Amino acid sequence: MDIKAYIDSGILELYVAGALSEKENKEVYDLMLQHPEILQEVLEIESAVIKLTSAAAQPSKTNIFSQIKEKLKFGNKEVKVVSIERTKYNWMTYTGWAAALVVGAGLLWTINQNNQLESAVTTAEIEKAYLEQQIEEAKTNLAATQNLLNVLRDREIISVPLAGQGNFATTYAKVYWDKKTNSIYLDAQGLPEAPEGKVYQVWSLTLDPLTPTSLGTIDDFNTDDNKIFAITNANESQAFGITLEPEGGSESPTMEQLYTLGVVASAP
Amino acid sequence: MQLDTLVSQFQKKDEKAFEALYNMYSASMQGVIYNIVRDQDIAEEVMQDVFIKAWNNSASYAPEKGRFFTWILNIARNAAIDKTRSKAFKNSRKNLDAEYFVDILQTSESLEDTTDAIGIKKFVSKLAKKCIKVIELLYFKGFTQKEASEALDMPIGTIKTRNRNCIKELRTIVLE
Repeated sequence: MDIKAYIDSGILELYVAGALSEKENKEVYDLMLQHPEILQEVLEIESAVIKLTSAAAQPSKTNIFSQIKEKLKFGNKEVKVVSIERTKYNWMTYTGWAAALVVGAGLLWTINQNNQLESAVTTAEIEKAYLEQQIEEAKTNLAATQNLLNVLRDREIISVPLAGQGNFATTYAKVYWDKKTNSIYLDAQGLPEAPEGKVYQVWSLTLDPLTPTSLGTIDDFNTDDNKIFAITNANESQAFGITLEPEGGSESPTMEQLYTLGVVASAP
Repeated sequence: MQLDTLVSQFQKKDEKAFEALYNMYSASMQGVIYNIVRDQDIAEEVMQDVFIKAWNNSASYAPEKGRFFTWILNIARNAAIDKTRSKAFKNSRKNLDAEYFVDILQTSESLEDTTDAIGIKKFVSKLAKKCIKVIELLYFKGFTQKEASEALDMPIGTIKTRNRNCIKELRTIVLE
């Protein structure tokens, strides 16, 4: 069979057009299977016709295929076909929103972090201030203790033990008298807490004749930690005594409430 | 061959294969249908009918009866022609007899952006009236060779060779 003459007859063009009889169609099909060049010719004719007919198509107003799928009730999962332009728009939009969300979340996180850090800084500052205060107190305490130690070690200082009297025999106190500075340090650790409404009052005494001079009340006795009190004393004291008096103190000592008493050694 | 596989998948009701075939042939069918009905809304309506019919009657296609393209082309032409014969269509449309696919190609603005379209416009502009008529009847209208021979008052052999030469010219333009 002359393949070239067959092709040139124009039958293949009619085959693609659908203008042949059923018998002729079967004939072309069989020859196509036997001769690749006939198949190739058919493919090229078909391709050219598709391009020509496509050129007469008008742009679609609707998405025809998605409507076809809808009418055929194709898998509910993918009923709508989104056009390319729409996809592009969505892609941009979603990406934009996603980016905005990420940035927003990042911003919130940063703000939160900042707040936490600020709060931490504030806490640290408060702690620092508290620690500074403690150091200051410790320094003050140290200075006071040092001072006390100096007083105790000073040769010039007169030490006067005050012994418990009468009902208060178990109590005791001690007075350190610095004559140069006219001050005494009263160590009252051996006294019980003052009852409510009462205060301890410190007296300077001269013995002949017995004359008490008030050195004042110890109003902060119960709250003081080390129970050492510095008191001014410019008197020529021969003895010191401590009585419990009503709040505000008394003009003269209440002898029934005399807790401790001690005489100054006449050594100097 | 890939097309054979697609078609047999389509005949097994594979939706993806159907979509692939739609994408291959939908523009061509739209051109053919529009050329017959000359109304975009109606053309889109017919398009839906054609592909739904193809899906529902996929079993009726067999390769030995012809090309798959030719099979769907027949469904499209018949559906479009049926449409023009409906009473509603006749009432709303004027006589279309004098119109050929060439008018669409020469006036359509949607063609401007593809190189194929430029080539086809060029082709159409220098096509002899005899080519236009023969292509119109055989491809766009679905005339058999005998019907075409009667309509153009030419022997079947002349129709065949003339059509062969016209398509050859088209191929040199669009397939290079």
